[in-house]
Amino acid sequence: MSALLEVDELWISARKDDESLLPIVKGVSFNVDRGQVIALIGESGSGKTTIALAALGYTKPGLEFAGGQVRLEGEDIITMAPEKQRALRGQKVAYLAQSAAATFNPSLTIGEQVTESTVLHGILNQDQANERAEFLYRALELPEPERLGRRYPHQVSGGQLQRLMAAMALCGKPDLLVLDEPTTALDVTTQIEVLKAFKSVIKQEGSAAIYVTHDLSVVAQIADQIVVLYAGEMQEHGSAKQVVTQPGHDYTRRLMRAVRPPPAAGQGEETLSEHQRQAPALEVKDITAGYGKIKNGASAITVLRDVNVSIERGHTFGVIGESGCGKSTLARVMAGLLPATHGRVFLDGRALEPALAKRSRQELQKIQFVFQMADTALNPRQRIDQILGRPLAFYLGLKGKDKRRRIGELLDMVELPQDFAGRYPEELSGGQKQRVNLARALAAEPEVLLCDEVISALDSIVGANVIELLKRLRKQTGVSFVFISHDLSTVASFADAIVVLYAGRVVEQGSVDRVLSPPYHPYTRLLISSVPELRVGWLEEAMETQEAKAGIDRLVKLTETGCPFFDRCPLAIKGTCDQEIPPTRDLGGNHTIECHRNEDEFLP
Amino acid sequence: MAETEQTDTRMHFDELPDAPPRRKIKLSWPGKIGIVVLVFWTVIVAIGPYIAPYHEAEFLDESLFVIPGSDEMYPDTDFQPPSKIAFLGTDYLGRDTLSRILFGARTTIGISFIATIFAYLIGVTLGIAAAVGGQKLDMILSRLNDAVLSIPAIMLGLVMIAALGSTIPLLIVLTGIIYAASVFRIARSLGQDVMVSDFVEAARVRGEGLWWIIFREILPNVAMPLATDFGLRFVWVILFISALSFLGLGVQPPMSDWGSMVKENLPGLIYGSVAPLMPSLAIATLTISVNMLVDDISAHAGGKLAGRMN
Repeated sequence: MSALLEVDELWISARKDDESLLPIVKGVSFNVDRGQVIALIGESGSGKTTIALAALGYTKPGLEFAGGQVRLEGEDIITMAPEKQRALRGQKVAYLAQSAAATFNPSLTIGEQVTESTVLHGILNQDQANERAEFLYRALELPEPERLGRRYPHQVSGGQLQRLMAAMALCGKPDLLVLDEPTTALDVTTQIEVLKAFKSVIKQEGSAAIYVTHDLSVVAQIADQIVVLYAGEMQEHGSAKQVVTQPGHDYTRRLMRAVRPPPAAGQGEETLSEHQRQAPALEVKDITAGYGKIKNGASAITVLRDVNVSIERGHTFGVIGESGCGKSTLARVMAGLLPATHGRVFLDGRALEPALAKRSRQELQKIQFVFQMADTALNPRQRIDQILGRPLAFYLGLKGKDKRRRIGELLDMVELPQDFAGRYPEELSGGQKQRVNLARALAAEPEVLLCDEVISALDSIVGANVIELLKRLRKQTGVSFVFISHDLSTVASFADAIVVLYAGRVVEQGSVDRVLSPPYHPYTRLLISSVPELRVGWLEEAMETQEAKAGIDRLVKLTETGCPFFDRCPLAIKGTCDQEIPPTRDLGGNHTIECHRNEDEFLP
Repeated sequence: MAETEQTDTRMHFDELPDAPPRRKIKLSWPGKIGIVVLVFWTVIVAIGPYIAPYHEAEFLDESLFVIPGSDEMYPDTDFQPPSKIAFLGTDYLGRDTLSRILFGARTTIGISFIATIFAYLIGVTLGIAAAVGGQKLDMILSRLNDAVLSIPAIMLGLVMIAALGSTIPLLIVLTGIIYAASVFRIARSLGQDVMVSDFVEAARVRGEGLWWIIFREILPNVAMPLATDFGLRFVWVILFISALSFLGLGVQPPMSDWGSMVKENLPGLIYGSVAPLMPSLAIATLTISVNMLVDDISAHAGGKLAGRMN
């Protein structure tokens, strides 16, 4: 029996301005059988999405098929007539995009959108489609399958939307599913829930899937076969087990090295004492802050509540939690972008004005903010030397030759060639932009660097390089880092101290070694156990843990009373946890956990 | 091919740049035609009056039209067809159409251009102010703007000119104010988009003042879309001023202006005269060429949607 999809010596080229062709995909071949998941793995620019889209007979504008065949059930879909291609898409082959939130129309109900293409293609009538959708909601373990179709996209969580995307794609019973980085934008807790749902539904439906990602540990959980790509060429192709356990190619091994080990105690680097001084570099006391109109000293939506944090000089302070827990808000309060309604921020023991506009230039200089998306944080109309030169002139008064020399030094510091000074941001790759973004913050010679998810938009290899750079800079400069990330492994390897935020409250804080070893706060434990490990079969084990069963994928809810983690906690005490604010338990050595349970009751 | 291979080996396993190098704008053929016509009219604005065979207000002498050998001593001079004496014929008073178009280019294009610049000065200044200033300022400016927008342009023009008389400075100011309202809306929304971007936030965290943020962070990023809009707005202003002239409220005789030329010569249509067609053609070529050029540029730069549709 021939395979469902056969990609045979596929070449795809980009047409440049001078009409010459630049090959993007170079002679890639692989087969996908029914019921099989094949993973395409590589960095951005490796051509993995381009190949995946070719399975739909589609290329992005500016690209064209230059050779080879893509056969679905033996029929070449590249040379197929456009009408036949259109009938094929959504019926036989379905595509699942990266960001579900951007794909759903906010003004239509979920049910309408899930069934739309199926009814449009005439595969099922509306009633049958609704029935099928409900069946899929159940298969994907979505809450309230009977009523879900009548709800709107904003009423469900991000992870649920991602699963609904899968329902949308599966509704027409496609033979082949193309999944383009479907979990990259999700929190770890959401990610494993989505992965599990995908895996079981693909088995159940017997459809084949192409899974595009850059994350090897995710692939290990879901794929049967792995194709490793670099610069449009196949580097390695084999079964998941073989590629993960015995990588045959240098590039695969490099990808494996970029996968960080699961978070555990003892991964943090030794703190350097040479930069330490008396007062903490930055201290946050009793901060309450939020968004919306301020009435009677409280904002309409309170995001942070009673947060106490102190960052020692030369230390790296990790802030973790899922999205919606107030991590970025905390950084914005520190930077003065969002004035707190209550509480103070101290720099070197001196209180800072809550609002940015009232802080002095010296105070502003000492706290620098590194934004998450380097793509949007650099002005596209300024050259790199202008971007780096401005803080030099603004804070340090450097001019002319001195300024140029310092720009060169900064570029050296972030390991970029000096001639990048004359380039514009759009001429740089994502990782290079992030380096410029860092260099700009360092140009001010700050005491504290606020890094808001600085590597989450980057590929694993590029991200690992940036982390190495940060470690070196920390040694060189003695800057204190506030490192915000939802990626626990990165924080574990980089930070000295960690604070775990949940729904705007500190649930646990202390040194890395203490936070990442038992006793854990139930939420910390949930986060740690959700980080995928690079081995086949991890997913099934993880789903058996108590936390996962207690409610791994729920919306983070801000609450006025009680512990916000109540509804997801395997240890919750009814009548206490939902009523009273949990006490702070001091476990010694600055390690605190806020929970009604005491030390002996925590799960190991 | 050789070049690609070289870069491939150098970057082996390195970060792949995901951004192409900066593109230069390459015009397609409608854009090229647009620019040729535009250059042509710009030259006419500069030298039109010097190359015109007659003055714009000059009545052609009857003797010019006497056909040799004919005994008709006083032939008609109005609505004459194109001939060696008047290349594009004559108008309803027997003036040379070509000369009037050449003179009129300066009036029509000149007034429209100055009025558009005036509209931009007001519109962009207030629009960016509304975008970066507080909520209150935005509220006040936007509601005032709504008020101006709610009055039909031609009606406002009629009332103002009826009250104050028709002079060229008034025409410029009036048109400028009317069109500033729509420029305001565009500048404000473009400014707001840029205002919330991370790099503006980065500048604010740095402690930059308002002027830096406006002139270094925001304006360079809205300049391109505003420039394309300038072209379109310029076309609307030409049509508006022509429309006022057509109603007899714009440029006053004996000065020539394309809009009033169409109106004056309308009766000529009955006699099959080309006199009303020629100035219409002038307006059409100018406005359409500006449009083609603007479309082409915006398809390349900034106008991603237009680019995708190509």
